[in-house]
Amino acid sequence: MNMIEALNSAHDVMMGRDPDIVVMGEDVGYFGGVFRVTAGLQKKYGKTRAFDTPIAEGGIAGTAIGMAAYGLKPVVEMQFADYIYPAFDQIVSEAGRMRYRTAGEWTLPMVFRSPYGGGIFGGQTHSQSPEALFAHVCGIKTVIPSNPYDAKGLLIAAIEDPDPVIFFEPKRIYNGPFDGFHERPVTPWAKHPAAEVPEGYYTVPLGKAAVAREGNDVTILAYGTMVHVALATAEEQGIDAEVIDLRTIVPVDIDTIEASVKKTGRCVIIHEATRTGGFGAELAALVQERCFYHLEAPVQRVTGYDTPYPHSLEWTYFPGPTRLGIALKKALED
Amino acid sequence: MTSSNERRNRPALSLHVPEPDARPGEEVDFSGVAIPAAGSVARPDINVAPADIRDLPYTLIRVLDDDGKAVGPWDPRLDADTLRRMLRDMAMVRVYDERMFRAQRQGKTSFYMKSLGEEAVAVAAAHALDRDDMCFPTYRQQGLLIARDYPLTEMMCQVYSNAGDKLKGRQLPIMYSDREKGFFTISGNLGTQYPQAVGWAMGSAIKGDSRIAAAWIGDGATAEGDFHNAVTFAGVYRAPVVLNVVNNQWAISSFSGIAGGELTTFAARAVGYGIPGLRVDGNDPLAVYAATRWAADRARSNLGPTLIELFTYRVEGHSTSDDPSAYRPQGAGAKWPLGDPLMRLKAHLIGLGEWDEERHQQLLDQLGEEVKAAQKESEKLGTLGGEAAQSVESMFDDVFAELPWHLQEQREQALAEAEAKRK
Repeated sequence: MNMIEALNSAHDVMMGRDPDIVVMGEDVGYFGGVFRVTAGLQKKYGKTRAFDTPIAEGGIAGTAIGMAAYGLKPVVEMQFADYIYPAFDQIVSEAGRMRYRTAGEWTLPMVFRSPYGGGIFGGQTHSQSPEALFAHVCGIKTVIPSNPYDAKGLLIAAIEDPDPVIFFEPKRIYNGPFDGFHERPVTPWAKHPAAEVPEGYYTVPLGKAAVAREGNDVTILAYGTMVHVALATAEEQGIDAEVIDLRTIVPVDIDTIEASVKKTGRCVIIHEATRTGGFGAELAALVQERCFYHLEAPVQRVTGYDTPYPHSLEWTYFPGPTRLGIALKKALED
Repeated sequence: MTSSNERRNRPALSLHVPEPDARPGEEVDFSGVAIPAAGSVARPDINVAPADIRDLPYTLIRVLDDDGKAVGPWDPRLDADTLRRMLRDMAMVRVYDERMFRAQRQGKTSFYMKSLGEEAVAVAAAHALDRDDMCFPTYRQQGLLIARDYPLTEMMCQVYSNAGDKLKGRQLPIMYSDREKGFFTISGNLGTQYPQAVGWAMGSAIKGDSRIAAAWIGDGATAEGDFHNAVTFAGVYRAPVVLNVVNNQWAISSFSGIAGGELTTFAARAVGYGIPGLRVDGNDPLAVYAATRWAADRARSNLGPTLIELFTYRVEGHSTSDDPSAYRPQGAGAKWPLGDPLMRLKAHLIGLGEWDEERHQQLLDQLGEEVKAAQKESEKLGTLGGEAAQSVESMFDDVFAELPWHLQEQREQALAEAEAKRK
């Protein structure tokens, strides 16, 4: 399966198991979603379980919260992460705080799914990576898969999780892994081992990172599309890097990070999001706090620049292999 | 910035910023408030097409006339026991409010908000709804809890953030929550509960349930995007929800004109969304009951949502942190032409021969005693500013279902800090 099929399968498996799961969002019903993630669900489960909504992200989030308060488990789609902001108040002030402010009287087991990330000539409003905004919000978990197997397992785990989960899907790798070498032809998921996705139910636990590549010289902390950029760069440059795919950024798997950086003594963090206040800053701080005496070089951050995401300068903005290579070299030479 | 007007032969534009009729020091004048006679508004069938009742949002449904007599087609014809119970609940809200306001002034808590003059909006609605309908209130519908027999001590413990506070001291006073009583957790963020109520109602419809939702919002908060979201979704999915707008004409210091009420009514907003809009005398408990019942019956019959504007007046300040004499004439509330909801129901009951001054005084005395006793009981469990009622550990609970490592670490830090302070 590619990532879209894997996510679709996660929906299908869970809707079949749990009649309280409802899927809603713009164009997700009859049409099956602009990226086809919800294709066929309305036909199979009916109009009241998978339905189209008005174009109002605040309304989608607000009504879904009400449904979750009623006892349903909404899996909500925000068409692009760039358009999640009208729902920000509902997500931050309501979803994130419901359990806390009611001392557990009301809880919101729900998922906000949203395609995110760049590398697709999406320009300013189809490329953003707003994960740090949600990582800063208490009471919400933030999950970002990097391959079809994880996408399905993590989404099922997110749907089953008792807390609200933001689930960002790197749309650049919906159809195939992308390593940042944009001039080369893109391979489909079919040739990738993580495209082996079981048909039925399984989970990938939230809060647990994966070691995508073992190595000894430097740790690369990555998630989403950047996992593939990191793997390819390490191969191309012949660097014995350990690539950690965080998978969940809140709560982050600190044990895996700590063990790796203590082993390698060097750490490079890569994300597409803008640098200042990005999640890389949190990671760098954690590594510094916990691995200070093991560090042999300053922690590097390879990120998008602190500019809105440009259209024509896509590959100047996108943190690809060249930028990561420079940082890795610096980390290894320092 | 310079104007380009000099180069063009056109009149200069000017920005209109709405102003209330009177400011402090000026004479309050309510003569411009249009008040149709009680009983003069027709009552349509619940299956009426919204387009056929476009006049209703521009009038005012009233049942009790100036003599306290129930007149016209909206008279809900309630029995005397129900009327007395509504009177009791409204009086209880008032006595409770007075007591808690004073507790704030005595430094026993940080904050309080009264609902003086708006008691009918919550109490009469609660009586018109079924007990298991879910209410999504703002911070000024404490009458819902009282009408549903929520223990006063529980309410007070929340106000005091004391050891008996089931919300563990996490919420600002008056932000009650009680699932069992069908009272949704109050949020400080205005308007957010409105689409949530619609979603709850959609959930009920999705599951083929028979329960409906009711929501409240103030006139000021109708300007929030969530109001538009809620009414759009309610209309689109014909959600079984009663959407109340409590137009008490003030949003802290800004009058309802700033919220968009200068040229139209809040009920009239329903027209554009294709749902029925009723405009109701919010100080007339029978009218509030009748309109709520009409909307609830509609919702229960799968006919969809109704928007109800409850026209009333916020008699006192916005909260204990507000001084209304800084922005409106003093004593304006006493001159409000639609009167006092409690006094109007009292007059009605006396007119029916079901009540008298003596029994009324007895009721007030009895409620006073009940509130005093509850206050004594709850203060045994502490007030704000005393020894903290909640443990340091508890601050970190319920952020998530399970405590993640970073909160565990922070909890240890907080405990170490508490230990350091003790030394």
